[in-house]
Amino acid sequence: MSLSLTARVAENRHRRARRHRRLIGLLLALIAAAFVLTLLLGQSFTPPRDILRTLMGEDVPGVAFTVGQLRLPRAVLAVLAGVSFGLGGVAFQIMLRNPLASPDIIGISWGASAAAVFAIVVLGLKGSSVSILAVAAGLGVALLVYGLSFRNGVAGTRLILVGIGVSAMLESVIAYILSTAPAWTLQEALRWLTGSVNGAQLAETLPLLAALAVFGGLLLSRGRDLEALRLGDDTAAALGVSVGRTRVLVIVAAVGLIASATAISGPIAFVAFLSGPVAARIVGNNGSLLVPAALVGAALVLVGDYCGQFLLPSRYPVGVVTGALGAPYLIFLIVRVNRSGGSL
Amino acid sequence: MTATATASNLRGLWLLLAAAALVVVAALSVAIGTRDVGLNDIVSALSGRVGTIGEAAIAMRIPRTLLALLAGAALGLSGAIMQGVTRNPLADPGILGVNMGASLAVVIGIAWFDMASAYAYIFTAILGAGAAAVFVYAIGSMGRGGATPLKLALAGAATSIAFSSLVIAVVLPRADIAGGIRAWQIGGVGGATFERIGPVLPFLAAGFVLALFSARKLNALALGDELAAGLGENVAVARALAAFAAILLCGATTAVCGPIGFLGLVVPHLCRLLTGSDHRWLLPFSALAGAGLLVVADIAGRILARPAELDVGIVTALVGAPVFIWIVRRQRVRDL
Amino acid sequence: MKPHTLIADGLSAGYGEATVLDGLDLAIPPEKITVIVGANACGKSTLLRTLSRLLPARRGKVLLDGKSIHHLPSRELARTLGLLPQSPIAPEGIAVADLVSRGRHPHQGVFSRWRREDDEAVAAALAATKTEDLAERPVDELSGGQRQRVWIAMALAQETDLLLLDEPTTFLDISHQIEVLDLLTDLNQTRGTTVVMVLHDLNLAARYADHLVAMANGRLHVAGPPEAVLTEENVRQVFGLQSRIVTDPTSGRPAMLPIGRHRMIAEGLSATNEDSA
Repeated sequence: MSLSLTARVAENRHRRARRHRRLIGLLLALIAAAFVLTLLLGQSFTPPRDILRTLMGEDVPGVAFTVGQLRLPRAVLAVLAGVSFGLGGVAFQIMLRNPLASPDIIGISWGASAAAVFAIVVLGLKGSSVSILAVAAGLGVALLVYGLSFRNGVAGTRLILVGIGVSAMLESVIAYILSTAPAWTLQEALRWLTGSVNGAQLAETLPLLAALAVFGGLLLSRGRDLEALRLGDDTAAALGVSVGRTRVLVIVAAVGLIASATAISGPIAFVAFLSGPVAARIVGNNGSLLVPAALVGAALVLVGDYCGQFLLPSRYPVGVVTGALGAPYLIFLIVRVNRSGGSL
Repeated sequence: MTATATASNLRGLWLLLAAAALVVVAALSVAIGTRDVGLNDIVSALSGRVGTIGEAAIAMRIPRTLLALLAGAALGLSGAIMQGVTRNPLADPGILGVNMGASLAVVIGIAWFDMASAYAYIFTAILGAGAAAVFVYAIGSMGRGGATPLKLALAGAATSIAFSSLVIAVVLPRADIAGGIRAWQIGGVGGATFERIGPVLPFLAAGFVLALFSARKLNALALGDELAAGLGENVAVARALAAFAAILLCGATTAVCGPIGFLGLVVPHLCRLLTGSDHRWLLPFSALAGAGLLVVADIAGRILARPAELDVGIVTALVGAPVFIWIVRRQRVRDL
Repeated sequence: MKPHTLIADGLSAGYGEATVLDGLDLAIPPEKITVIVGANACGKSTLLRTLSRLLPARRGKVLLDGKSIHHLPSRELARTLGLLPQSPIAPEGIAVADLVSRGRHPHQGVFSRWRREDDEAVAAALAATKTEDLAERPVDELSGGQRQRVWIAMALAQETDLLLLDEPTTFLDISHQIEVLDLLTDLNQTRGTTVVMVLHDLNLAARYADHLVAMANGRLHVAGPPEAVLTEENVRQVFGLQSRIVTDPTSGRPAMLPIGRHRMIAEGLSATNEDSA
């Protein structure tokens, strides 16, 4: 083997890694810009100096409420939820080798949302207990869908179809519970049916941050094995990956992420589904998709919410915006896969 | 007797039994509800007196039962036709997004065009259903393999979600109509009156007639396009006719009841167990079974959630989705 | 390369309720090319998968250097034994060099960085499979033969002493089949890699194998040098086919000519194949 070939291989790798880092940097910049914009400009423009003073703890009249109570918690929740959905979604898509096998399509988001609605309306719970129930329900639904689609192994098509069926059931459960709930406004109902970051409070984002640290960390630690799974179960096993164990860990981590976010913001439609494919278009094959997808998720929720609040003729929760965006993309994806003769 | 003759006789017997069961079920629907009533009340209400609360309750249940019968028959029939036209065991007006298309059209009509007349609702719903059906089928048939069940189901699911987001987008700013639409969106036969049922009857009748007329054509289509053409059927015309019947039926139903899902999926599968795939038997059976099942679902909704009601759309989803999953499990992956 | 011994001892394995391998004993000679042949569904793939621990053994054991493989940590096994399965999946748009570098997976822990030896292994694999010029191209754009060479390069980057291949030539044109088989022979001769592969074509198997294994009904029927295994009697018993064995003038190895009901020249050669096993 020539030295120059080794050098070429190494140089190739460095180049790809550099490109990957650059693109991640770009995404981070985009998110930072959107975050700042959300703080600066809402119904009114708040000068940057006042924002900084409020963040430092000073009590600037008017600004403390607008920025401190309204805009900041909302932006923080948007980023945290977006990261959670993006990570959870892409993990499923990579593991099942199918962009359509996204947790919001196969029913996991719905399960978490149904549990959250049940906990809040029927059991009257609040806070972390809701989150815990949501995670448990998410795991339960994942198990259910997996179990129901198992017949001599899991076929992707069957998994997705079973997931669609389970989603329909859970949706009607949510609709029913909401219809029996006393004095629910349409806005609140929409939170649990499409997702919203309205009325966010900083305190409620703390459990989400914790969940992100735990489940996100778990997922990132499995990142390499997850990449190997893309080559097929057999090849991955031949490369030394414990396929079964990796699958379980990835599922637990991804469901934990999705359910924790859903428990607070509702199932923000399609963010989990869109983040992976969009990140793939941006980053290509230059490296792991996990972090890029997380960032794309954050961007989607942040920008989507801003549009829903200020750029449209009426005020819409973020779930309606991402729902309206995501469905055409889903259709586009189906068309593209069909055209290229690929299989779903 | 030959085997086919015995089979025919058997199916005829099942048909009669189904009709009889339907009558029983309808009677039950009038008798049972969120409020207990006595036999006297039933008798006097049927003869037109609505003095007591019991009689009034009965008077409300009669049109409700009638609507449930009609809607169930229409949806069952529509599902059977859709499965025949697309040769897809998973076809159903809900799954294929056709119900949502009808919903969206009606919502847009009410919100933006101040539509008020019943005929306007029905026409718009049928238009919306048709547009959705064409759209979903077009997307689902692209690429290798044509319109496989998975591709159609996914196209339908995506379209459903897109349309329901649009429905929310249209409705949200309109607080005045939001409440009413939300109630209608769940899909139910509550609050039915003869005035509401009247306008939809001609459309349903046309749909039924067209459907029964397409039965033979569906049998031919089931063999595949080439064979059907070889047997002398004009495939495109047969498809269009049958599809139109299905759209007419489920569009009109959605206009009155809101979107009710899964009935069109489950009913034909159950009926096929008794009648086989001969559409000349399957279609009438699906109509009868659909009618019966929807009434039963409505009764269940009234009993299980006493003193409140479970709308029939929720019952069909809760019961229908597991059946959908059961059907998916039964199929070999290759066929999906 | 260290010579490793790989032995199947009374091995039984299967899927679901079915048992495919039934008490199979097999010893793979180190640093040689072993080819496994047999009729469809006799368990060739299952054997390979059980040997590489993709499938658990229900009874019996697989011994690598005398130790059961079932207790080895996955990564350690993957550094000694590599498997190229039947339908590997290449992520869309991935470049050749990137795919080959995935072979380094068992040598890298969760937090390890790329080291010089990783790059060297990838370069060596590319050179050995003569795919250096394809390094930056997407795998989806390659021909069947080229793609298979790239997969073999990935397995090579793993730097294992044993390489198992499940039907590496099945969907390839004949010229690509020879390309791949010659490549594997190069590896065996230059690096001393023990090669075990399943092949469909009896004649190619006889030509390239040092050790030929014929399987039937989940068991070993006969194993040994091609001259001893490829006999008319064995072909009849394993494949249910009448044949004539001649010596291939190009390689000096035995070649199997099947005998059917039509197009036979010599009298007494035409058979109805009814009296075969």
